[in-house]
Amino acid sequence: MLKVENLVVRFKSRVGVVRAVDGVNFDVVSGERFVFVGESGSGKTVLAMALVRLLPNNATVTGRVIFDGVDLLKLSEKEMRKVRNCKIAYIPQNQASLNPLMKVGYQCAEPLVEQGLERGRIMRKVSELLEFFGIGHRFKDYPHKLSGGMRQRALLVMGLSREPEMIIADEPTKGLDAVKREQVVEAFQKLGRRTLMVITHDLPFAEKVADRIAVMYCGKIVEISPAREFFDCPLHPYSKGLLESLPERGMNPIKGFQPSLVNLPEGCRFRERCDLSTARCAEEPPLLEVDGSLVRCWLYADEMC
Amino acid sequence: MVSELRQGQGRRVSGFGGFSGFSRFSANHKMVFTGGGIILCILILSCLAPIAGDPCSVNMDERLSPPSFKHPFGTDQLGRDMLSRVLHGGRVSLIVAITISLLSMVVGCFVGAVSGYFGGVVDDVIGRIVDVFMSIPEIVLNIAMVGVFCAVYGVSTFIVIFAVVFTNWVGYARLMRGMVLSLKEREFVLCAKAIGAGEWYILFRHIIPNAAGPLIVLATLNIGNVIMTIASLGFLGLGIQPPIPEWGQILNSGKNYITTAPWISFFPGLFIALSVLGFNILGEGLNAES
Repeated sequence: MLKVENLVVRFKSRVGVVRAVDGVNFDVVSGERFVFVGESGSGKTVLAMALVRLLPNNATVTGRVIFDGVDLLKLSEKEMRKVRNCKIAYIPQNQASLNPLMKVGYQCAEPLVEQGLERGRIMRKVSELLEFFGIGHRFKDYPHKLSGGMRQRALLVMGLSREPEMIIADEPTKGLDAVKREQVVEAFQKLGRRTLMVITHDLPFAEKVADRIAVMYCGKIVEISPAREFFDCPLHPYSKGLLESLPERGMNPIKGFQPSLVNLPEGCRFRERCDLSTARCAEEPPLLEVDGSLVRCWLYADEMC
Repeated sequence: MVSELRQGQGRRVSGFGGFSGFSRFSANHKMVFTGGGIILCILILSCLAPIAGDPCSVNMDERLSPPSFKHPFGTDQLGRDMLSRVLHGGRVSLIVAITISLLSMVVGCFVGAVSGYFGGVVDDVIGRIVDVFMSIPEIVLNIAMVGVFCAVYGVSTFIVIFAVVFTNWVGYARLMRGMVLSLKEREFVLCAKAIGAGEWYILFRHIIPNAAGPLIVLATLNIGNVIMTIASLGFLGLGIQPPIPEWGQILNSGKNYITTAPWISFFPGLFIALSVLGFNILGEGLNAES
C-alpha cells in the first residue's frame, strides 16, 4: 500500500546540512500496523511528516513515496491536499493541535466539511465517532476543558472521521500517564484492521499495537521485525539496548549519546555506543535479511555466508 | 473551641475564594468599567441629542449667552444652543471614529495577515509599503489627502473617513503580521494542514480568530486617537464641514470668542478629552486583562 524508497530529508542549518532521514526504505501493506520506534531525534517525526509533505520549506525531500501507485512527492500541492484530506490521515503528536477557539466537535468535523459533505450527516457522523471513543458528551466543549487523553482521542476522531485509507499517528501517547495511555491503546484497538503507521518511543505501547516494528537510529532504519520476534529476541544491538533500558527488563540504558546529525561517524552509526563493534563496523553495513527480519548490522553478515 | 475553629476556617475560605480572587483582578476590572462607563455615558448623551433641540437653529437675540438653565452649555456666536451642538457633534465624531477604526482594522488585518502568513516577496513588498507610511507624519498625509480629494470631488464626510483610514491601517497591519508570524507556527495550524485545509481557510478560520484579543485592544486605543485626528482636521477646517456639527470644528468656531465666550470652545474640548480618556482607559484595562 505504502512503499517508501530511499527517502532522504535534509535540513539546511547554520552549522551544516542535517540529514534527518537518510535513505529510508520500507513498505506498509494494507491492513498492517507498522510501528516506528527509536529515541528522540532519530528522525521518526520528520519521516512521518515527509510522507505527507508537511515539512517546512527549509527541508529538501528526495526519494520516492509510493502510495497506491502514485508518487506523493511528485503531486501538486492541490492534489496533495486531497490526499491528506481523504487518503492519509496524519495525526500530529501534540495535544495542542486543537485550535483553542473551536469547539471539539466542530473541529473534528473540519475534514468532512473540507470534503464537502452535507452538514447534518457530518454532525451525525462526528458525534457517533466521539461517542465511540467515549467523549460524545464533549462535542460542544472547547479543547482546554478536555484532558490530555481526551484530546488525543479527539485528534483520533478527527483523523478517522474522513475514513482515510491509512492513518499516520505521531506519538499518540506523548505526555500521557499510564491510565491515559491505556485509553489510547483501547482507542487504537477499536480501529479494527485499518492500515496504521504509528510513531512512538513508548515501547510497551508499541508492543500492544504493532504488527511489525521498525527501529530508527540517526535517520536510518536499523531493524524491521515482526512485533513478536522483536520483543522476544531483537536482532540489532541498538534494539537490544532499547529493550534493556526498559524498567521491566533491567533498566540498563545504552551508554553514550546519539551522535549529532550534522557530522555523523563513518560506517555504522551505532558503532561508538555498541559493545559488539568490530573493525568491520567502520564500513556502513547493508540492510541484511535474517529470518524474515531486516537488520543493519555486520553481526549477521557471517550467518548468511 | 471547635466552633471557633470553624468560624476561623469559614472566614478564611470565604476570604480566599471570594474577596482575594476579586481584588486580584479588580484593578483591571476597574479600568474596564471606568473607561466603558465614560464611553457609555457619552454614547447615551449622544443618543439623546435630539431632546436638546435643533443644533442648527439660529437665534440672533441670544447670541454668545453664557451657560444658563435654558442653555446649559451657553450659545455660540449665532445663538445656537451649545448643548445640542456638542451632543449632535458627539454623534458625528463617535460614529465617524468607530467607522474609521473598524475599516482600518479590516484593511490592516487583511494586509498584515497575508503579509505574515505567506511571507517571502509578498511580505517584503507589504513591509516596504508599511515602512513608507510609517515614515510620513500621519496628520500631514491626512491633510494632504483631504486637501487633494476635496479639491477634486468636493467636500464630504466620506473623504475624511477615507483619508484617515488610508494612514490608520498601518498599525493594525504591523500588529497582525507579528501575531500571524507566531500563530502560524502553532500546532493547530499544522493539524489543519494535515486535514487538507487550504491556505485561506487556515488563515481565516484558524489564525485570525486567535489574534482577536490584541486586535480588540488596539482598536479600542485606536478609536481614541482617531477622535483626536478627526477633531484636529475639524479644527483646521478640513474635517467634517458645517452645518454638520463636529467637536473639532465647533472648537475652531469658538476660537475668535475665546476671551468673551470661552464656553463655545470649552465644552466640545471637554467632550473630546473625556471620550479619548474613556477609550484609552478601556483599552488599557482590556490590555491588562487579556
